[in-house]
Amino acid sequence: MGRYLLQRLGQCLLLLALVSMIGFAILHLAPGGPLSQFALSSQMSQEDLDRITRQLGLDRPLLAQYLDWLWRMLRGDWGLSFRDGAPVSAVIGSHLRATFELMAVSTVIAIGLGCWIGILGAVRRYSLFDTLATIGAMVALSIPTFWFGLIAIYLFSVQLGWLPAGNRQTIGDGSPLDLLHHLIAPALVLALVETAIWARFMRSAMLEVIGQDYIRTARAKGLPERQVLRGHATRNALLPMITLAGLQFPTLLGGALVTETVFTWPGMGRLFLDSIEYRDYPVVMGILMFSAVMVLLGSLLADMLYAVADPRIRMG
Amino acid sequence: MASRNSDFASPTRRGLIALGAGAALGLGRATSGFAQARPPASPRGQVVAGISQEPTVFNPLMPGSEVDQGVWWQVFSPLWYIDPQGKLVADLAREVPSLENGGLSADGLVWKVKLRSDAKWHDGTPFTAEDVKYTLDLINNPGFRVRNRVGHGLVRDIRVVAPDEIHWRMESAYSPYLSILALTFIVPRHILEKASDPNTAPFNSAPVGTGPFRWGERVAGDHILLQANPAYHGQGPHLERIVFKYIPDLTMLYTQFRTGQVDYLGLSGISAHFVREAQSLRGRKVSLSPTAFVEHIALNLEYGPFAEKAVREALYLAMNKQARIDALYYGLPVPTESFLPQQSWAYADKLPVHRHDPAKANALLDAAGWVRGPDGIRAKAGVRLEFTNSTTVGNPGREQSQQLLAQDWQAVGAAMRISNMPAAVIWGEFWQKSKFQSVMVGSNFMQGSDPDVTPRFSSKAIPAKGGSGLNTCQYQNAEVDTLLAQGATQFDQAARKATYGRIQQIIRDDLALLPIYQTVMAEGLKDGLQGFAANINCSSNCWNMRSWYWAS
Repeated sequence: MGRYLLQRLGQCLLLLALVSMIGFAILHLAPGGPLSQFALSSQMSQEDLDRITRQLGLDRPLLAQYLDWLWRMLRGDWGLSFRDGAPVSAVIGSHLRATFELMAVSTVIAIGLGCWIGILGAVRRYSLFDTLATIGAMVALSIPTFWFGLIAIYLFSVQLGWLPAGNRQTIGDGSPLDLLHHLIAPALVLALVETAIWARFMRSAMLEVIGQDYIRTARAKGLPERQVLRGHATRNALLPMITLAGLQFPTLLGGALVTETVFTWPGMGRLFLDSIEYRDYPVVMGILMFSAVMVLLGSLLADMLYAVADPRIRMG
Repeated sequence: MASRNSDFASPTRRGLIALGAGAALGLGRATSGFAQARPPASPRGQVVAGISQEPTVFNPLMPGSEVDQGVWWQVFSPLWYIDPQGKLVADLAREVPSLENGGLSADGLVWKVKLRSDAKWHDGTPFTAEDVKYTLDLINNPGFRVRNRVGHGLVRDIRVVAPDEIHWRMESAYSPYLSILALTFIVPRHILEKASDPNTAPFNSAPVGTGPFRWGERVAGDHILLQANPAYHGQGPHLERIVFKYIPDLTMLYTQFRTGQVDYLGLSGISAHFVREAQSLRGRKVSLSPTAFVEHIALNLEYGPFAEKAVREALYLAMNKQARIDALYYGLPVPTESFLPQQSWAYADKLPVHRHDPAKANALLDAAGWVRGPDGIRAKAGVRLEFTNSTTVGNPGREQSQQLLAQDWQAVGAAMRISNMPAAVIWGEFWQKSKFQSVMVGSNFMQGSDPDVTPRFSSKAIPAKGGSGLNTCQYQNAEVDTLLAQGATQFDQAARKATYGRIQQIIRDDLALLPIYQTVMAEGLKDGLQGFAANINCSSNCWNMRSWYWAS
């Protein structure tokens, strides 16, 4: 197990190095730069733009810039944002909380609701509930998240006035109730796709387990159906879900990106989009590396938990 | 003399009313915004200003956008500012220097500025001439990432004569400097001089100014909160708080204005297709304010066919301006013939008015020897009347506009091929080094609020020919060069108006660019919000939030 862990950590470091190189190259080779937003400004001439480019060190060779960034990154210095001059770690930190709030709540909803729908769908296979759940899941997976977001805003904010049309809090309020009020719509929208995924996976896993011999044995022993499902089937069917939880992190991040934009949620997703638009290289690289670390950790953690949960799995 | 009132051109106002634009606020002489009411005795309430870009630059000398300037106007003060009528109004200065009051020498080289002695920085430190000197020195500091040094680079021998008086000498007379200083905010010496590097000073993320509002808090990616400055040296503020709420999506921004979460929707404005609906909303008002941006077709005058004036004239005659304005922009923009906004004191209102006349365009081209080929496209001496037109990808209005333009020009035997690019590509070398053939673009040609267009039309300002400036169309005209040099050294506004009037006539006659319209921005306000006054002379209509208040 220890050897396997070291092996995996080594792979992770190699992957991170690749991500940083490819990300840095693509980002810097893309047309434009942090000053392109001023290209049409009547207040700035090309000379001004060239001067500031030199002052920011963006005129140096790409390799020199990369090595400089890497050296500082390894020492824990993520650099300063081009947009507001604040340390990148502080910029990312200030947006993290909002994203994690959104992701945590929507994940809890998605896992709870998705597993329940999946289990029930498997147990009552081909019933009306199962058919409706399948259709619902397909609809949720087929329609873009932003559309659901817009519909939610139109319905619950514009027409009914029940929920705020976006934002994380009422400025000057920020009470838990106010935060919750603002969280309902984006969390539900973000959870929608996740719920569909969880429901489909759970249904498949449950169907597979229900067909196993030990379930038949349990039933033959005269155990009540509820006990068979809860004690034997569900627990075993949940095992693959651990892996899914680890692998769902990138999907969740992607979903948060769209949801945050629609609901003007001040999280990492929106920060990432804004930073790309303004070519704020240090922040984009910071988010890229942070996300890569999180994804790799998620996958590693899922593998570890799987081994812990299922003694049959042997690492290495 | 720059501090004189000048009339706004009325056609704009009439045009807007004719378009059924409702109350064309911000266009009148006394732009008082909405219904009159008394401001409260002490600051009361807050305004949430919804904006589609996030303000991120809080040092007002560094490169920033219009949204950043919206914040700067609240936190900082300039020596003087320009009101909606184009009049210079003293702010940190006691009076605007002029030839009459001795603030300016007759040759325009010596400047003597008297300052207020009752202004204080937000931390209680008195504002003095040392702060002005420090600001000008910092702008000229080679290591500082200043926005630009236009005008400032001419300042020499700054002398603090007294805590409330400062003198300097200009290397050469430069009248636009009055306008440039009207958009130059003074920064605190006592804070910034302690920073090892002004580019990364803590001040840059928690600014201290002399403005009507103090820095409150910033929740990155969400909002900026400013608090009333009770020690403000001017009138106001009448609000306790101002919140700049960042909502990147224009539809969401409008939705939040509609649902009441946003009190003022400005800076980016209401999208054209929402304007009519917004005007019908209960409890909301829409202000239609002209901006300084002129939408035009920029022609590369060194590119074959465009070098010939007859071709430019024919293309202009063949262009159906009004169809585009009505069909694509809901009749909001104002047709124009000049590169200057119609509210500028220097605007020439006697320029020839464009007519859509394809028949005359065809006749012109026939007379000039441009013969139609078998495919209907004209050619002359082996050169086809064929060119590309480029604009930013993802701008639906402009992209549709190009389609109409291609049809218009096809009718007179000119083939326009659309070649659009991402903003970062098109406004890079392609634009700067004149590698384009024609471009559809909206530009603010002024220097702040000054009509000096030397960087745009001087023959020494062509980057593709080693010049320094923004003359990417490669326009060259000896008379314009002379007039530009003359205008930049005149200090009498009447004389300058004549100079820039003549420049506008020449540019219109030469068709150095094909002007289409002056853009109009629709801003939304909640009923009861008083004091809003659109000001084309500032980069932001948030320039006077100190005067805003809620009617009881």
